[in-house]
Amino acid sequence: MRIAVQEADFDIGAEVAAFAHGRRDMGAIVTFTGVVRDLATGDLTAMEIEHYPGMTEKAIAGIAAKAAERWSLGDVLVIHRHGRLAPGDRIMMVATAAPHRKDAFEAAEYLMDYLKSRAPFWKKELSAAGADWVVAKDEDEDALDRW
Amino acid sequence: MDVLYFAWVRERIGLPRETVETGATTVSELVAELRAREDRYAAAFADLSALRVAVDQELTDFDAPLAGAREVAFFPPMTGG
Repeated sequence: MRIAVQEADFDIGAEVAAFAHGRRDMGAIVTFTGVVRDLATGDLTAMEIEHYPGMTEKAIAGIAAKAAERWSLGDVLVIHRHGRLAPGDRIMMVATAAPHRKDAFEAAEYLMDYLKSRAPFWKKELSAAGADWVVAKDEDEDALDRW
Repeated sequence: MDVLYFAWVRERIGLPRETVETGATTVSELVAELRAREDRYAAAFADLSALRVAVDQELTDFDAPLAGAREVAFFPPMTGG
């Protein structure tokens, strides 16, 4: 398991290649990449991501450990950025390796659902109109119910 | 005890962390003490349903005991991913 909380960008191709390297028993590798999306109004200038150093890494490790209990997984990778990002920048990625694709897909979705509302990150959107903290959505909380 | 604030809670109170001398035995008692300090604290803690709390970096609730706690953090619902 590798968990990285970092300000720097990451190279998806290199990360996936390193994650998959040398595995002969994993038939499926699923990856998800989150990207800074512009607002509906199209004037987003930046997104600032704050986090809680220490708790963030622990919370993600806990979520990944739960996923590993629930699905047959060979490995998990989570990279999540913080700091100031621009529209189109990568925010985070998740990769799961499993003998079978159903486990890899479901575990990746589970990780995403929990990272959204149980890992201590907060997003702020900056636009010409000012700066606004992104408000957590009820549907993000509801998404946890299916697990 | 170290008390940490994140996101708009940090902005409203005006600092990211502080050391607090407290006899509070639960998170709720600590919140009551902080609220009584100044308007900016009262404003930040006006609606607890809009806040989450972690004690020693574990999410918990406002009834949680503080015995032995070293670090309490207050923040809005998380928006990761």
